[in-house]
Amino acid sequence: MPREEIKPWLRTRFFPHIWCPGCGHGIILHAILRSLVDLGKTREETVIASGIGCSSRMPGYINANTVHTTHGRSLGFATGIKLANPALTVIDVMGDGDCTAIGGNHFIHACRRNIDITAIVMNNNIYGMTGGQASPTTPVGARATTAPYGAIDTPFDICRLAEGAGASYVARATIAQPVLCEQYIKRGIQKKGFSVVEIMTHCHTQFGRRNKRPNPVDNLNFFKDNSVLKAKAKDMTEEEKKGKIIIGEFVDREAQEYTEAYLKLIERVRG
Amino acid sequence: MPKKLAFWQGNMAIAHGGIAAGCRFFGGYPITPSSEIAEVMAEELPKLNGRFIQMEDEIAGIAATIGASIAGYKAMTATSGPGFSLKQENLGLAYMAEIPLVAIDVMRGGPSTGLPTRVSQQDVMQARWGTHGDHGTIAYAPSSVQECYELTIEAFNMAERFRQPVLIMSDEVIGHMREKVVIPEPGSFPIIDRKKPKVSPEEFIPYLADPEDDVPPMASFGDGYRWHVTGLTHNDWGFPTNEPAEIGKKHLRLVRKIDRFRDDIVKYDLEQTEDAEILVFSYGCVARSAVRAVREARAKGIKVGHFRPITLWPFPDKELIRVGSHVKKVIVPELNCGQMVSEVRIALGAKAEIIPSNLVNGEILRPHEILATIEEVA
Repeated sequence: MPREEIKPWLRTRFFPHIWCPGCGHGIILHAILRSLVDLGKTREETVIASGIGCSSRMPGYINANTVHTTHGRSLGFATGIKLANPALTVIDVMGDGDCTAIGGNHFIHACRRNIDITAIVMNNNIYGMTGGQASPTTPVGARATTAPYGAIDTPFDICRLAEGAGASYVARATIAQPVLCEQYIKRGIQKKGFSVVEIMTHCHTQFGRRNKRPNPVDNLNFFKDNSVLKAKAKDMTEEEKKGKIIIGEFVDREAQEYTEAYLKLIERVRG
Repeated sequence: MPKKLAFWQGNMAIAHGGIAAGCRFFGGYPITPSSEIAEVMAEELPKLNGRFIQMEDEIAGIAATIGASIAGYKAMTATSGPGFSLKQENLGLAYMAEIPLVAIDVMRGGPSTGLPTRVSQQDVMQARWGTHGDHGTIAYAPSSVQECYELTIEAFNMAERFRQPVLIMSDEVIGHMREKVVIPEPGSFPIIDRKKPKVSPEEFIPYLADPEDDVPPMASFGDGYRWHVTGLTHNDWGFPTNEPAEIGKKHLRLVRKIDRFRDDIVKYDLEQTEDAEILVFSYGCVARSAVRAVREARAKGIKVGHFRPITLWPFPDKELIRVGSHVKKVIVPELNCGQMVSEVRIALGAKAEIIPSNLVNGEILRPHEILATIEEVA
């Protein structure tokens, strides 16, 4: 059960939520709300943006300023909101298809621009809402309704993509480590700049049942058994790392944040 | 006091008109022949503590514009042809979520990349039906640089009043032509701002429309009201619904809020129509040639007049029917293969012969060409 101070952050009027029983998205929602409460954020100063997909229904359940936009485009909307009012805390919740397929361009440019937004990418390796089609993070060999003989294209590593594109903070955890999720989300929100927290979650309904993990518990156990901390992975061979999920913080750097740069530009122009 | 004058391109006048209307946010992407609008905004907005952002593509340009509007700014984006196609998805979101903004399309030849530096009027139906789904549309077609300035102010006023995107369908000729502009004194023209909620955040129902105008008051993110914005069909609470009664209520209101007030929105201009037996119907840059052709034809004793819709949408059908009740022939010159002519045919086709006159070679219809058509049918 959520703590008392989290309850006002939920729009219980709109429950029940649309997620399947046992879905990992609820664990992530709870971690986000714990982070916001612990950081002393108010609902009035918080914006949660999203695109399209199961994960993108999350803002509807959060009693803050919430915006559920078009598929892949949420970072464009979030960028407009943040630049218009830099005092707002802006979080963008996305799925793997939303973030890396249709929204891939917006994602890399938000990283490059280093605007102070926290992107939380819920990666379940599949398009769940539309019926289990392959996404850019579906592992090679995994089955999907549009990859009935197994996926053949190389998946994205979202954290490496974010690092290469210039994000200030990049971390990965799985829903089997909810405390770590919360810790990384907090650091992402606190970081002045663009932060990416990738959280591996599952879709037992659409991915699991086609890939020998049909129950939520199978998936949690999979994450527990296959997560490897970055420090440990450092000493592992490529062969040993195969099929493992490397978790940890990959980037934590200081760089000029976009809205601050823009406000400085205004000062300079106005003298 | 001496009049304040400027010598601007149409694109520059749109940017300055936006600023005069209170626009302080521009999100866009470079595209010919509209880029000057972004360039003026990039230079001017920081001076006014406004915000300009060049986004990674056309889609993000309008997305950022919508985001800024949700955060309380009057916001604008500008594009042309292919970019207008790319913006259609998020225009739809702004219609559905009722977010005010002004979008400019400086029309060039299409389809596809078409003619980036050449004029056309091929996007006028896309303005009405470009995004999927029904909604009311407000779209202006300026015919002069002065009008670019004034209609951009009007567009912002209508966007704020009706809480929806408003389009300016300019074209390459008007966009790049330089003319004198008389800049009105601030305060000498009306400025409309969106309605704010009158109730407390606890009592706020974000999509509960006022019965007198079918428009819900709009809170801004950050001003203490928490609300949900979605492109899904939603109820008064702004939350997705599959309830037929709620779906119908929302959808019909989106159309009705414009239909009810079309008389306040519709603008048109007449030239010597009182005794006209022939009517020329044209808009945008073509109307400049057509009005001159009408005057020259009058000098030759031909009873011809001109009807210029300033709002393409809502279409001035009532006004056209009234003005055209005695005309026998209507010439409709357009820089497309016949788009607005369909609306003219619906309005007057039962009473008068409708004569399309189309040019799609990248050039503007010249006065003598339209005059020749008038003389031919007279």
